[in-house]
Amino acid sequence: MANNYQHEKKTSENSIRNFNINFGPQHPAAHGVLRMVLELDGEIVDRCDPHIGLLHRGTEKLMESRTYLQNLPYFDRLDYVAPMNQEHAWCLAIEKLLNVQISYRASLIRVLYCEIGRVLNHLLNITTQAMDVGAFTPISWGFEEREKLMVFYERACGARLHAAYFRPGGVHQDLSDDLLNDIMDWSISFPKVVNDIEELLTENRIFKQRNVDIGIVSKDEAFDWGFSGVMVRGSGLAWDLRRSQPYECYNDFEFKIPIGKNGDCYDRYLCRVWEMKESVKIVQQSIEKLSMCKGDDVLVRGKIAPPNRVDMKKSMEALIHHFKLYTEGFHVPKGEIYVSVEAPKGEFGVFLVSDGTNKPYKVKLRSPGFLHLAAIDHICRGHQLADVSAILGSLDVVFGEIDR
Amino acid sequence: MDFSHGFGLILLITGQCLLITIAVLLSLAFLMFADRKIWAAVQMRKGPNVVGVFGLLQSFADFLKYIFKEIIIPAGSDKVVFLLAPLITFVLSLIAWSVIPFNNGWVLTDINVGILFIFAVAGLEVYGVIMGGWASNSKYPFLGSLRSAAQMISYEVSIGFIIIGILISTGSLNLSKIVLAQDGSYGIFSWYWLPHFPMVILFFISALAETNRPPFDLPEAEAELVAGFQVEYSSTPFLLFMIGELMTVVLMCALISILFFGGWLSPIPLLPDGIFWLVAKILLLFFMFSMVKAIVPRFRYDQLMRLGWKVFLPMSLTWVVIVATLAQFGISGYVRW
Repeated sequence: MANNYQHEKKTSENSIRNFNINFGPQHPAAHGVLRMVLELDGEIVDRCDPHIGLLHRGTEKLMESRTYLQNLPYFDRLDYVAPMNQEHAWCLAIEKLLNVQISYRASLIRVLYCEIGRVLNHLLNITTQAMDVGAFTPISWGFEEREKLMVFYERACGARLHAAYFRPGGVHQDLSDDLLNDIMDWSISFPKVVNDIEELLTENRIFKQRNVDIGIVSKDEAFDWGFSGVMVRGSGLAWDLRRSQPYECYNDFEFKIPIGKNGDCYDRYLCRVWEMKESVKIVQQSIEKLSMCKGDDVLVRGKIAPPNRVDMKKSMEALIHHFKLYTEGFHVPKGEIYVSVEAPKGEFGVFLVSDGTNKPYKVKLRSPGFLHLAAIDHICRGHQLADVSAILGSLDVVFGEIDR
Repeated sequence: MDFSHGFGLILLITGQCLLITIAVLLSLAFLMFADRKIWAAVQMRKGPNVVGVFGLLQSFADFLKYIFKEIIIPAGSDKVVFLLAPLITFVLSLIAWSVIPFNNGWVLTDINVGILFIFAVAGLEVYGVIMGGWASNSKYPFLGSLRSAAQMISYEVSIGFIIIGILISTGSLNLSKIVLAQDGSYGIFSWYWLPHFPMVILFFISALAETNRPPFDLPEAEAELVAGFQVEYSSTPFLLFMIGELMTVVLMCALISILFFGGWLSPIPLLPDGIFWLVAKILLLFFMFSMVKAIVPRFRYDQLMRLGWKVFLPMSLTWVVIVATLAQFGISGYVRW
């Protein structure tokens, strides 16, 4: 048959054509704008063909015509579930090329907000995974907490979602003590909410039936498909960039890396739940550490950051610097670098080629979700239709970063 | 006027029919509101709270909205069947109410095979879903209707066996007689839920499956089939599906109250019996239906079938044997006639 998707099976008397359905892009479980063409043999998935690109904006190309600082907000729009984790990779890449050392306080704030981002992401993911298998209550409980975290984002930088808070050289502005106290209060009450959600799901027989042994990814497969983050940890590999190649000041923190055993949807769910609990510990530790370095400047006041506001009122040079920074931008020395961070979804990497000007010559973003989604045909084959949405939920895909 | 025969009788029956229909539909409006409020409360939302006091008139506003929307019939659909399907669902779920006894003697048609009648009507209801899914000529509805065909039939089998247990104990297929058979001197403890205890749970779960409620809402599974057989429906036909489904839920609540919880009988021996008790029991069971919806995830198709055929069927079948044996030896609670 001319059409690739409709393989015919000949029986002795007549031919049976498989059932093709369009899963998305306007499907309630498609997690954004994913379109999958599913070839079904009854309820069994014979083939699963993801079509991406509906949210493609050409971010990588656009970045080539904007200054380094102007490019920063693009990172919020990649994985919009945990915006600051992406900004982090961009800032680290620039800082490495420039060889800038940021202050310890700025580093702590970055860790604090990265972990808040991790909680933001995992809260959304486990509750939507629950929704994909039909439990509608966890998501509204989870969103209650997400709302609080969004307010912390807002109080730090003024924006709930597109933060642009991490800057090359540190973070945009310091955090107030009130905010830190409130985050501390939240971190004490949050584990109860996680327990509530867990009570609905973790030991729920139906939830287990829907997730245990579904979408198994073996260690080898995880390597072959270039998985990272929870997708490899669920399969039993202790691979977390925060520990295996520490960046920022993660070495100063005590936290554990939860690891799954079977690599199925259920293990990935458990990993995420435990990661949230560990993230809360990191949040608490960083707030304690922040109280020890009060008043330190959170931005390196060199050529890459705006001058102090007070200086600008008095110093002509500072004013000129401010003007130059926000028009021409800063120059990054010639070179190329790959920097990756442990984003909630996995290894988020930035490959940056600089030609010494104020704009990047070429940027390649490594979004974890893209590689995870690429394997969906491999994982879903032979599963039932209902498992496709469960697997898709546990892959943790967000189309901002996959389509870029 | 003589209401015993001729025109008077027709008038009487019409009046009774109208009374039941209006009462059921009106209470349904508020039950739907309650359903949404309970769900909202579990999810820590407010639920409908704008239309009328506490949002009580929300269902009526929705009703008007559905009525005034345009009926969209897909171009490739079989128009007659497409429109017939919601009617079948609606009418069948309404018809079943005719044999439900609301109080001693308060029943539209006191037929001797009342329970079989309900069973037959419930069995026919699957046609509404199958026809709707098939006539839509669309892939998601088609898959949804295929699922529901298998699902509703599987659970009807175990419901049938559970009912047989009750019949052995009662010796009658008449719903009023089943209630009266539970009228003992111990009030709540003379009802069938005690001797038939495991079957109460089985029946409740089967009723969930039979009415396509979560965790068995596979025909309309949102995460897989978007809305299953209802995908192509809009406006009044959709409304009929929705009312029909909810009415079946309430019917199942009524049936559980009658079979296991003594219908209109009062739980405490000294208090008077009456319709009040039946309504209270239906409301309590409906609350449980709503809570289940709010809490559980959804089964997968094969798991649902396994539960139906490999767990419920053997259990209910065994129970029939046990009840028959106990009744044979005249154990009290199992034999009363």
